[in-house]
Amino acid sequence: MKPTRYLSLAALLGTALPAAAQVTLNGAGATFPNIIYSDWMLTYNQSHPDVKLNYQSIGSGGGIRQFSDGTVDFGATDAPMSDSAITAIQGNVLHIPMVLGAVVAAYTLPEVSQPIRISPDVLADIFLGKVTKWNDARLASINPGVTLPNQDIIVVHRSDGSGTSFVWTDYLSKVSPEWAQKVGKGTSVSWPVGLGGRGNEGVAATVRQTPGAIGYIELGYALINKMPFAVLKNQSGNWITASLESVTAAAAGAMKEMGPNTDFRVSITNSPGARAYPAASFTWLLVHKSYSDTAKARSLVQFIWWAESEGQAKAPELGYAPLPQQLRPWIQAHLKSVTAGGRAVL
Amino acid sequence: MTSPLLGRDRSDRIYRQVLTGFALALPLLIVIILGVLFTNAWPAVKRFGASFLVTSTWDPVSEVYGAAPMIFGTLASSLLALLIAVPLALSVAIFLTEFAPRRLRQPVAFLVELLAAIPSVVYGMWGIFVLIPFLRSYVVPPLKAVFGWTPFLQGVFYGNSLLAGGVILAIMIVPYIAAVSREVLLAVPTSQREAALAMGATRWEAVRSAVLPYGRAGLIGAIILGLGRALGETMAVTMVIGNRHDISVSLLQPAYTMAAAIANEFSEATTATYQSALMEVGLILFVLTVAVNAIARILIWRVARGAAVGSRAL
Repeated sequence: MKPTRYLSLAALLGTALPAAAQVTLNGAGATFPNIIYSDWMLTYNQSHPDVKLNYQSIGSGGGIRQFSDGTVDFGATDAPMSDSAITAIQGNVLHIPMVLGAVVAAYTLPEVSQPIRISPDVLADIFLGKVTKWNDARLASINPGVTLPNQDIIVVHRSDGSGTSFVWTDYLSKVSPEWAQKVGKGTSVSWPVGLGGRGNEGVAATVRQTPGAIGYIELGYALINKMPFAVLKNQSGNWITASLESVTAAAAGAMKEMGPNTDFRVSITNSPGARAYPAASFTWLLVHKSYSDTAKARSLVQFIWWAESEGQAKAPELGYAPLPQQLRPWIQAHLKSVTAGGRAVL
Repeated sequence: MTSPLLGRDRSDRIYRQVLTGFALALPLLIVIILGVLFTNAWPAVKRFGASFLVTSTWDPVSEVYGAAPMIFGTLASSLLALLIAVPLALSVAIFLTEFAPRRLRQPVAFLVELLAAIPSVVYGMWGIFVLIPFLRSYVVPPLKAVFGWTPFLQGVFYGNSLLAGGVILAIMIVPYIAAVSREVLLAVPTSQREAALAMGATRWEAVRSAVLPYGRAGLIGAIILGLGRALGETMAVTMVIGNRHDISVSLLQPAYTMAAAIANEFSEATTATYQSALMEVGLILFVLTVAVNAIARILIWRVARGAAVGSRAL
C-alpha cells in the first residue's frame, strides 16, 4: 500500500473510535519509582484504554514544583513537601505512599568478604569525618572475626539534590544529635567530608573505583550491581541486612506511631519494628484534595486505587518493597476524600 | 525602465531589513539572558552581598551560600587544563603543518578533531574508569616523589580531584586549540618560512622566529577558544572533580566548578533562596566568560596592531 492509503486508513480508524471519555493524566517527579510507575501505567492502560497516563521522571524537586504550579495533574516525590510549600498551595495536596525504597551504605574493601556491620553512632561518625580508618577500634569491636584493613575511609555522597540524600541524612539526624545539629537533613546538605558523585550511578562508580570508599545508594541499585553493603543496627538493636522484606517491615513498624489519621508525610527511618531496616522511606504520589475536572480526578484516583491493590504484586520483581497490607485501608480512606467540584469522586 | 530598478531597490531593502533583524536578534538574546540571570539572582545578591564571592559555606539546610570554592575551582581547573593542553595542541599543530609527512597530515588531523566529537559524558565515564585509576597508579606516585614537598601535591589522592578534572578538560580542549592553530599556521605564507630558512635558520628556528610570531594573534584566539570551552564544561568535570565545596591549592584534593554545581543542584533546588543563589552562580559564570573573551579580544587587537606596525617598519 502507498503511504497515503495508510494515512487515510488511520484517519478512518481515528474517527471511528469513540470520541468521548478519553482522559489523559500527566505527572512528573521522582526518578526512583520511575520503573514501577511506567510499568503500572502501561499495564493499567491495557485494561483501561480510555485512560492515558504520562509520567516524566524529572526529580522530586521538579515534581513538587510542577505539581504546585499546576502544570501536571499529579506529582511524585521521595521527600515530602515542607509545611511552607503546602501552605503556598493552600494545603491542596495529599501525599499517597506508593511503594517503599531503602538506602544502603555500599563500600569497596577487596580484602573483606563478609558483610561489615556498622552501628548508627559509628555510621554517623564516619560521615562526620570522625572515624577515618577501616580498622578503627569501634568498627573492629562490632565486627568480631573480620580482619579490617588499615585503610582510609573515603566517604562518597550525592552531589545532586536527591531524595536518596534526604532519606540518608534523615536517618543520620535521628541517630546522631551531632549530625542533626551540624548538618541536618535535606535533599542537599553541606557534607562535612567526602567526594560528591552525580546520581546513584556516579556514587556507585566512585565507590567501586576507590578502595576504602563508602557511599550511600538506593538498595535496588546496589542489588543490580552486586555491590556489598553494610549491615545496619536498627532501633530494636537487631542487625538487619537491607532487603525488600526488611524494608516493608520498616513501614509496618512505623504504623503505630503514624496512626490512621496521618497525612503520610512521615519518615520511617529508624523504625521501631524488630525486623525493620532503618534507612527506609516511602515514595509518594502528590494529588490534589480537590480537582476541577471530575473525569480526570476520578480516573486518577481509580488508577491509584488499582496500584495500591493489584499493582503492589508487581513491586518485588521490579526491585521495590511493597507497602504493608495493613496500611491499605488508611490509604483508601485518603483516596476517598478526593473531591471534584465539591463532590467525592469515588 | 524605472520600475524594475525600483523593484530591485525594494527587494534589497527588505533583504537588508531581514538580515539586520537576524543580526540584532543574537545580541538581544544575550541581553535577555543577562537580564533574566540578574533578576533571578537579585534576591541572593541582596541577601549575601559580597560575602557570596568570598565565603566557602554552601549549606542548603540553613540557607547560607558562598560561591568562592566554585569560582576558585572553575578558574583552577581551566588554568590547569590550559597548562597541559596548550603545549600539546601547539605541538600537534606545528608537527602537522611543518614536520609531518604529507600522507600523515590529514589522518592525524582528522583523529585529533575526532576527539571533539566525543560526548562529554563519555569523557566523564572514561575519566572514572580509565583516567583516575591510571593517575592513581602511574602519575601521582612519581609526581609526589619529586614534587611532594610543594603545596600543590599535599594530602592523599583518592581519585576524584582537581587534577583529574584538569586533565579531562585538557584532553577535551586539545582538539579545539589544535584545529584552529593548524588553520592559523597553514595561513602563514610560505615566503615567511623560506626567508628564515634562506637566512640559515634550522626548521625549528624558522618555526620559532618566523611562523609562530606571524600567527600570534590567531594562536591566542585558539587558546582563548579552548579556555572558553573549559570554563563552561559541565558533565565530564562533575564526574571526576569530586564535587566538594572546598578551596585547596592541592591538585590532589576534590574541588567544584560553577557549571557543575548548577547542573547538579538546580533541579532539586526547592527554596527560592537556593534557586536564587544558583542563579547568581550562573551570573558569575556568565560575567567571567564574557570577561575572558573581552580580554582575548583586546589581546588579539594589540598583537595584530603590533604585527601590522612591525610589518610596516619592514
